[in-house]
This record gives sequence, C-alpha cells and structure tokens, in this order.
Amino acid sequence: MNADSLYAIRRAEQERQLGLEDRILCCTVAGCLSGRAAAVRASIQEQIDLQGRGGKVEVCGTGCMGLCCEGPLVRSSAADAILTKATPADGPALAAGDWNHFGDRVLPPDHPFFAGQRRIILGNSGHSDPERFADYVARGGYQSLLCAATEMAPEEIIAEVKKSRLRGRGGAGYPAGLKWELVARQRSPTKYVVCNADEGDPGAFMNRSVLEGDPHRVLEGMAIAGRAVGAQQGYIYARGESPLAIARLRTALEQAQREGLLHGQMFDSHFCFRIDLRIGAGAYVCGEETALLASIEGKRGQPVPRPPYPPESGLWGHPTLINNVETFANIPTILEKGGDWFASIGTPTSPGTKVFALAGRIVRTGLVEVPVGTPLRTILYQLGGGVPEGHQFKAAQTGGPAGGCIPAQYLDLPMDYDSLTAIGSMMGSGGLIVLDSSSCMVDLARFFMEFCMDESCGKCIPCRAGTVQMHDILARMTRGEGLTSDFEILEQLAGLLKETSLCGLGLAAPNPVVSTLHHFRQEYEAHVHEQRCPAGHCRMTVQAEGIQ
Amino acid sequence: MIPAEPREKTLERVMSRHQYSGSALIEVLHAAQQLYGYLSKPLLGMIAHKLRLPPSKVLGVATFYHLFRFTPVRAHTAVVCLGTACYAAGGTELMSTVKRRCPESEWTVQTGRCVGSCGLAPVVICDGEALSRVTPESLERQLVGRPST
Repeated sequence: MNADSLYAIRRAEQERQLGLEDRILCCTVAGCLSGRAAAVRASIQEQIDLQGRGGKVEVCGTGCMGLCCEGPLVRSSAADAILTKATPADGPALAAGDWNHFGDRVLPPDHPFFAGQRRIILGNSGHSDPERFADYVARGGYQSLLCAATEMAPEEIIAEVKKSRLRGRGGAGYPAGLKWELVARQRSPTKYVVCNADEGDPGAFMNRSVLEGDPHRVLEGMAIAGRAVGAQQGYIYARGESPLAIARLRTALEQAQREGLLHGQMFDSHFCFRIDLRIGAGAYVCGEETALLASIEGKRGQPVPRPPYPPESGLWGHPTLINNVETFANIPTILEKGGDWFASIGTPTSPGTKVFALAGRIVRTGLVEVPVGTPLRTILYQLGGGVPEGHQFKAAQTGGPAGGCIPAQYLDLPMDYDSLTAIGSMMGSGGLIVLDSSSCMVDLARFFMEFCMDESCGKCIPCRAGTVQMHDILARMTRGEGLTSDFEILEQLAGLLKETSLCGLGLAAPNPVVSTLHHFRQEYEAHVHEQRCPAGHCRMTVQAEGIQ
Repeated sequence: MIPAEPREKTLERVMSRHQYSGSALIEVLHAAQQLYGYLSKPLLGMIAHKLRLPPSKVLGVATFYHLFRFTPVRAHTAVVCLGTACYAAGGTELMSTVKRRCPESEWTVQTGRCVGSCGLAPVVICDGEALSRVTPESLERQLVGRPST
C-alpha cells in the first residue's frame, strides 16, 4: 500500500457512507452481546431487507458506547441518538428510521453520561465498525502511521510523544516518551515492541473494550512505536479469557496484512513491521512485564529481577518496548493532533484522558473516558448517576488487587496518578468499583489477598508465603476469630512484602489491606473486639454475648 | 461432505507453522486443548517430543497457567465470575447454588477471574451463554431442563 491507495480507500468509504440515509450501529462488544445484541442486529438486517431499504440503510457492529447497564445499545447516525435496551422487536422501527416510536428509551448525545466525557481512545466506538478496515481509514485511521513512516524521522516521533507527556496507562504511569527514547538509543539490530493486553485486574474491562471496539487503533500505535524505536517485530499479549477481543485482533491483523500495511514495506518506505498475537493462558502475574516476556517465550510466567529493564534486555535478550493497550491507542491521535494538543488535556503532570470501568453500586455502570484529573465525584455522580436510592456510598475501589479504597471524604479528589498514590490507592488500569454499606471492608481485603495468594507465581518467598499468612489472618478476622495482636502482625507482613518482594504482584499485594486498615480501622476493630461485622456480611463462628 | 481433518494432523500443522520451536509451546498447548478438550499425559508427552523439550518443562508450563485443563470436560459447563464487581454483588452465593445444583458427573464448574462484564454483575456463564444480573432464583430457573442432583 502507498499513500495514494490509502487516500483512495478513505475517500471511497467516506463517499459510500455519505450516500447512505442512515447507518445503524449496534454495540457488539461482550457486555451488550450477553444482552442478545446479535439478535437485535439480525432483526434490523432482516427488516432492512424486508422494507427494501438495502442500499440506503446499513446496519453494522460497533465498539462500546459506554452505557453497558442499559444495553444492548443501538446508535443511528441519521438520528444522532442512542436507543437503550434494544430488543429484536425494535427492528422494524429502527430500519424505517422511526425514532419517535421509542419514547424515553432514546438518549440524546448531550445526556449527562456523555456530556462529561472526552473521548479520544474510544472516539470511534459508536461511530465505526471494528471489523471493517475501510471504516477505520475513513475516520482518519493509518494517517499517522503514513506520516510516521514517510515524513517523520524516528527522533521527531519520540519528540512528539515526549512533548505530549503521555504516561503509561498500565498503572504505574511511567512517561512513555522516556521509555521510547531508552529503547531507541539501544544499538541492536533486533528490537521488539510488545503490547501488554493482559488485563487481569478483576473489575477492569477497559483494554478489552478498546481491542473489541477499535483494534486497528492499537495496531497503528504499535507500528508507529516500531518505527520510532527501530523495531521490526511486535507482539500483542492478549488475555486468553477474552475470546472476542482475540477474534477482533485476528481480523484486524489479517486485514492490515492483506492491505500490505503490516506485511513488507509500508507506504513505499524502507520500514517493515510485523505483529504477531500471543494468547495468555490465565496467569495474573503475566501482567508484570518480565513475566509477560517469559510467557511470550513459551515459559512459565515468572518474573525476573530488574535491572536490566526490558528496554535494555527484554524478549530473547533484545531491547524491548512494552506499553499497555491504552498507551498505544493514544499514539495515533498524538501524532495527528500534536503533542501540545494532548498535553493541554487533563492535568499538567498527567495529561490526556483515562478510561474508567464503572461497576458496583452505581446507577449507570459501564465505560467512561474523561480527562485525567476529573474529580471522582464528577465521574460517580454526574456520569454514573450516583449511588442507587436506598444505598449509601462507602468507598470506591481502584486499581484492583494492587490498589486501594477511596472513602467518602476524598470524593473531590482529582483522579490522577499522583493524587491517588498520595492517599494509598492507585490509578491501576482503570477499574472503579463503588461499594456501599453492605460491603465489608475486611472481607474485601481478604478477597483481594486470596486473589494474590492464588496468583502468586511462587518464585520469591515474601510473596509466596506472605500472602498466605496475611490471608489466614484476614480469614480469621472475618470469622470473628481475630486477635488483638493480629493488627501488628498484619502491618509487619505488609511492610515485609512491600520491601522484599521480587515483582509488582507481591509488592502491591498488601495495598488493599493497608488502605482499608487506614480508612476503615473501626470495621476491623468491630470484627476483632466485638465479633461483629458492621456491614452484616461476614458470618461469625464466634458470637459475642448479647450481640446477634 | 468433506471428512474433517484428523486432530493429530491439525495439531501437527500448528506446530509446523511455528517451525517446531519451543517458544511456541503455549500456542501449541492452546491448540491441543481446543482440539482434544483437555491435555492428557500422552498428549503432553507427544508435544514435548515434537518440540524437543523435556516433558518436565512442558508439564511445568502447562500447570502454571489456569486455563489449561488436565481432565476431560463434562457435558455442561458453568463459570461463576468472582471478579470484584461480581463478588460484591453476591457471586459466592451463586457459586454455592451451582455447586449444590450441578453434579460433578455432568458439569465442569469453574470460577471466573472477571469475565469483563462488570456492568452486568453478577455474571454466570452457563454452557457458553453469559447470564447477567443473576440471582440464585433466576439461576435455578435457567438450570431447569439441565442435569441436576
């Protein structure tokens, strides 16, 4: 493919879409699909054929529109509105474009859920078909790669990424530009670019939605990274539990190869880049970069001590750039609109947007993309619609098993890397779970510790034995068998794991305990001293006298 | 009708596509499990031989990862998601319903590590169909007609 053929595809697809009276986009990512979105789509197609509107109206799939709790969602480009809770019975009206028919099931684009968002990574979701190459190109796709491959020098690309001050979206927030520069500086004929798509945090489905809804964006970001750091080969390490994301990636890869983008020299330049898919097999620790690399090499996913860091010695000992799905997904837009534009969004230290997955006790659950630094209150109450009536907000859990809880007094906290770390939580990959008074914080800490205990790879002793010890104590507490001395032991173990574990899993495993002990100590005390669970969740084997 | 390709041949093709490289072990294990349903000892031994790896390494890698199975799958499967959102919404209660209701002779029961449908928690995947916002009662209704204790 060369520049002219890319423009030709773009123009042809844009003209084709302009010629349509209506384009009906059905959400076809995992959430809506479990709500029978496929049957809705089939019904619309059947009605289009029946009504003889074949050439004028088109129905296709699209990425996550965010409001998963109201799914299946269907968007019409002509009506510029979204239909919630669609059923196959809506097919005739949708095919005919009769939107008055649906009453209050229609959401306007200025609905509070959408109005507070700023969509960059999810920009194409709801507007384009993830399984159609031309659709991505029509919306400006692969333009940035064209520019990177033919007009920009690698140093210029890195300078632009540095200017954007983009921070890695995997959780730790390391500046992406610096990492790219490190890899680019290595003198090695073989280098690799790896996309970490092993999104294992329970409660997180951001990366999966990006891959399902806009896979080409991630491929483009990776190829640009390859050009910038001088790599010829890329790997995507995808989570085995997300079959749809894997299928969409496979389709996108085949399309890109067929079009000559990820196969041979692209755009008549000297740059070649190939991407292969590697499927994980269910090990949380493989989200850790050295464990992930071991897994790509076909080994047990066990981490190795750093340094050397992957930018110096990664896959098969060669310099390797590893970034998260969301980090790569930002790259095409950064090149298109410039680093300065990106840096103007969000906060000065953490620019850009972040995708959060809202779940738990909240009115509107789903996926939102907001500028980094948006207060938690805005996300939960304006976008999420607040806590359902009859329930009371207790805490928001962020960062999964490596994160912590944010209690009510921090509702106005800006959601950025540094503010969250300061109060003992972390951004993590973006899972945001709202807990109410029926959730027991001691049991939640136990739940996460059990997770880390199961997922510990067993290589280093602090993590392998420490998580078991901590879990035993927490389990005892939830049974009402905790001892006063347990508090001190828990704190000691937490310190030990943090100081001496080999990798991020063990190092962060105590976080949920430390955070809940800090913010909800009275709940722990009620369990230990009074054999009472304030949330009414834990079943005590030992009953305190006079307390039911 | 064209007869289906024998499983051995399909697996052989996957290995040859990766040039029988040991680094493709996980890919090969995925393919083998998809073809045979589970990874038996003879199957693992054959893979070790073909990829020229010690059998201990193949078994070591296979047992490290949660998704690989070493016993045959039953006729029915139930995956109860116990990710944070599903756990907070009562996933453990659903697990006990499933355990009580689904005999081991007919069912492969597993816990999920977060199936990524947190917005629809709690989720149970029953014979491949994702059920959302499940309650013990609605689950009982879904299970009607399938083998039970």
